[in-house]
Amino acid sequence: MKDQNIIQVKNLTKKYGDFFAVNEISFHVKKGEIFGFLGANGAGKTTAMKMLIGISKPTYGEATVAGFDVFKNPEKIKKNIGYMSQKFALYDDLTVNENIIFFGGIYGLKRKIIKHKTKELLSYLGIEELGKTLVGSLPLGVKQKLAFSIALIHEPKIVFLDEPTGGVDPITRRQFWEMIYEKAHQGTTIFVTTHYMDEAEYCDRVSIMVTGKIEALDTPKKLKEIYKVDSMNEVFLKLARGE
Amino acid sequence: MSIKTTNISKLFGKTEALKNISFNVKENELFGIIGPDGAGKTTLFRILTTLLFADKGTASVANFDVVKEYIDIRNHVGYMPGKFSLYQDLTIEENLEFFATIFGTTVKENYDLIKDIYVQIEPFKKRRAGALSGGMKQKLALCCALIHKPKVLFLDEPTTGVDAVSRQEFWQMLKKLQKKGITILVSTPYMDEAELCDRIALIDKGEILNIDTPQNIINKFDKQIYNVSAKKTYKLLTDLKDYQHNYSVFPFGEFIHYIDKRKDFNKSDLYNYLEKKGNENIIITKTKASVEDAFMDLMKT
Repeated sequence: MKDQNIIQVKNLTKKYGDFFAVNEISFHVKKGEIFGFLGANGAGKTTAMKMLIGISKPTYGEATVAGFDVFKNPEKIKKNIGYMSQKFALYDDLTVNENIIFFGGIYGLKRKIIKHKTKELLSYLGIEELGKTLVGSLPLGVKQKLAFSIALIHEPKIVFLDEPTGGVDPITRRQFWEMIYEKAHQGTTIFVTTHYMDEAEYCDRVSIMVTGKIEALDTPKKLKEIYKVDSMNEVFLKLARGE
Repeated sequence: MSIKTTNISKLFGKTEALKNISFNVKENELFGIIGPDGAGKTTLFRILTTLLFADKGTASVANFDVVKEYIDIRNHVGYMPGKFSLYQDLTIEENLEFFATIFGTTVKENYDLIKDIYVQIEPFKKRRAGALSGGMKQKLALCCALIHKPKVLFLDEPTTGVDAVSRQEFWQMLKKLQKKGITILVSTPYMDEAELCDRIALIDKGEILNIDTPQNIINKFDKQIYNVSAKKTYKLLTDLKDYQHNYSVFPFGEFIHYIDKRKDFNKSDLYNYLEKKGNENIIITKTKASVEDAFMDLMKT
């Protein structure tokens, strides 16, 4: 059963001096699950995520991601996951094709495979004619969908999305979530942070971090039952404000 | 009128950033400009705060013309840009002193206006602005924009990237400022914030799609929306999209918002179709539109 867990975390902790940025969090994420990782600004989400993607060493605790230990094999984790953030996704001054070649190369894909993947990806996104366009000149929505597809180019078991939908229009935001649903349906695990509370409702399960700890973790439906409210927004406000 | 704009247009190269934008903001109104990135919100704000010339059209703020009387406007408006623009190497206190002095006033003189907000960051007043958290930066920027007691306050995406708790607090602050007589023009990509404004303009790709009170926008939405849910959301979503009579299908929180093309829509038809496709625990109920539904519908057409 443990093999079905793509992320397995126990008492994971990060201390900066005396400050517990992440304070003994424990949870697991199943294969093909859409897992929402929520919390107020400064609650410790980014620190926790950095440990899970192998770029920050935990102070103590245990964690395996995509089958690799965060202490022993952080490099292997990086190769076996996808990552996309709102702040940094693609190179604006490279074309669409160049970005694909670049990231494909980073993930160690062969030229031939990259070529094949490029074609597949452009056709999936319906942007066949944009291969030679600079990414910087694409509409934000197209850029985000492209970044998501490129984060999946090496077919990772899990993809981490750090506030992927900021700023886009409501239709594009939904198209993006439809892509997420589709990939999850195909078996890719999705680990996502967001400030849009309606997006929290799209997740299979949601955790909410408050000052370094996971204060709640369940399906959106259960959380709403537990806190006797109608929306995830209210759950979040109740928890994050400590009311 | 606090803000008047008539047929404002702005081109950047071949891109029409704003196309014939006309709207008025009443004295002491809390008016929202609602739209995604790239809609033209920041360009509009820059024109109204006299930082950019429009190619066409006229505008006035606090009864001053944005071109001829730009100096008067600068003395009477507060502007909080989307990008944090205070001096990172000055402390909280120094930034505030600086902006007060620039506007020929003192922190003491208008302290009343910023007090509620400032007390929240005062314990850190010796800290440099660059070392503050996002929420504290936001509060400091708001204090600096208010320190000369402006008649009109411009807030360009003050809540972008801010968590739901801080967003709610920020809007409570705005409501208080409005009570003190300030006219507020605020932009946001968050549709749920639209409902907190007195009136809103929905804007996309440089064009205003609609201007009204949030309640009227919702009331005038003339299509019936149904909340649909089933055991497996992704399956439900694809089946609804395949349904020949669908007008629109959008994930919406825990439900999918479904609108049918037909006038004589009968929900049992849809139920039967979904059941035949193998969906379980199907629920179909009528629901009311939100500003976001209205926005999506306007974008479609």
